[in-house]
Amino acid sequence: MSNMNIDKIKEDFPIFKNNPTLVYLDSAATSQRPQQVIDAVNEFYTNYNANVHRGIYKISEEASEKFENVRTKVRDFISAKSEQEIIFTKNTTESINLVMRGWGEKNIKKGDKIVISIMEHHSNFVPWQQLAKQKGAKLEIIDINEEGELKESDFEKIKGAKLLAITHVSNVLGTLNNVNKLCKLAHDAGAKVLVDGAQSIPHMQIDASAIDCDFFAFSGHKMLGPTGVGILYGKEQVLEETDPFLYGGDMISEVHVEESKWNELPFKFESGTPPASSVIGLGAAIDYLGKLGMENIRKHEQIITQYALQKMTEINGVNIFGPKNPEKRAGVIAFTVNGVHPHDLASILDEYNVAIRSGHHCAMPLHERLALPASSRASFYIYNDKKDVDKLCDGIKEAKKIFKVD
Amino acid sequence: MSSEIYQEFILELYKNPINFGKMENADLHAESFNPLCGDKVEIFVKLNGEKKVSEVKFIGSGCAISQASASLLTEEIKGKTLDELAKMQKEDILQMIKVDLSKNPSRLKCALLSLEVLKKSISK
Ligand SMILES: Cc1ncc(COP(=O)(O)O)c(C=O)c1O
Repeated sequence: MSNMNIDKIKEDFPIFKNNPTLVYLDSAATSQRPQQVIDAVNEFYTNYNANVHRGIYKISEEASEKFENVRTKVRDFISAKSEQEIIFTKNTTESINLVMRGWGEKNIKKGDKIVISIMEHHSNFVPWQQLAKQKGAKLEIIDINEEGELKESDFEKIKGAKLLAITHVSNVLGTLNNVNKLCKLAHDAGAKVLVDGAQSIPHMQIDASAIDCDFFAFSGHKMLGPTGVGILYGKEQVLEETDPFLYGGDMISEVHVEESKWNELPFKFESGTPPASSVIGLGAAIDYLGKLGMENIRKHEQIITQYALQKMTEINGVNIFGPKNPEKRAGVIAFTVNGVHPHDLASILDEYNVAIRSGHHCAMPLHERLALPASSRASFYIYNDKKDVDKLCDGIKEAKKIFKVD
Repeated sequence: MSSEIYQEFILELYKNPINFGKMENADLHAESFNPLCGDKVEIFVKLNGEKKVSEVKFIGSGCAISQASASLLTEEIKGKTLDELAKMQKEDILQMIKVDLSKNPSRLKCALLSLEVLKKSISK
């Protein structure tokens, strides 16, 4: 048993008060937010709304201080070495694009090699595909095996690469990649490593320093935080070698008619008015997760995932993708049901107020690799319990009945 | 339990589509793809001397709504003139599939895929 009280946790999430029958199984797309996060955002606007880093009056000082406190919280949450390593962005996508523009365009040259994997989300696929095109660089792709794990024999491809950009957890297969090992391999080969942590950070303890990646990107909205804020972690030295990608106010220390000088880290990358309310909400989300304990969250999700894998496998005609061992995966389960198109399944489940995702989940290369036009996806978080899995399974059975498949 | 969207005749058409198949030397031909859900529809139309639809076929894959609506639409347009085809609207499709998708914009896209393909074939 996990030592989390799900009914109690659920009470913190007003969405479930307002939609009492909702079974939310799409946290991989975006999580729900607890009242504590909503209150923090509300308090900012109600009590000390002001632009950060600009005014010398009281409420601006207060806003700036609370804003910078969140940077410290993020530093501690991912075990970074300093606040300089924490950059606020809009989301994972912007974090990755920052690396592509600021580091990639400067360092990737004709004939260089960039390595990614076939399970990448489009946001960690397209930037590298386009950079490779633009520079005449090679894009090499690590394939998956039958279990939906990275094919170890393809790790050879990392030799001679300049950059490895890899997801920590697949947003389709749920596969948990051994990024510590991949970083070691890549660094031995002289490559830098970007880890897409969008699907790992909400669900497990992250130690960026121990992983030893050069960049780690994630979004606030998948980890109970508001939309509009993401993080790019970068090792200080690598960030020093990275150019800014958005020019404007705040990121500058001196501007003259002929030239400008960049501000110090991390402000060099934070141009324009930041999403202060979202950052402050993210701080409350980190507090909330910290209270539950990331170890407990991971344990709880492994229990649910194992239960779901077992219950779903018992249903005839359900095909599950990704690792069968909950130790090797996160709580994201992509599946298909013979004779029922994923879109139709999602519609029928919606009639029961069970929210799942259907489509390619922004991972078209992976779906092509699996020869699937689309799949269904259920994903779990701290407010889901076994009853939710049961309702999902009931819905799948009902869909099979409606479509007369057995 | 019965489902609002998945009425018996929709499911029947999904399993046993009508006018399903390819055609050589079609006068009108187009295909389209809904990347969000992977629905695909390709329509072939032959016109007679009076520029009326004399024969029509489609192939496709995807969800029940997209595929059933392709069967219904291809059946509906037989004997129609090019002008009449050009005038066909979203409402015509909704009438054929007999379901209110106004609160389901993403499913509406599925329902309208075959109409989009038909329009594309005319404008080529
Ligand atoms: C693995 C992965 N990477 C990147 C992203 C993109 O995140 P965002 O849309 O917040 O930029 C997602 C979100 O769907 C994801 O699952």
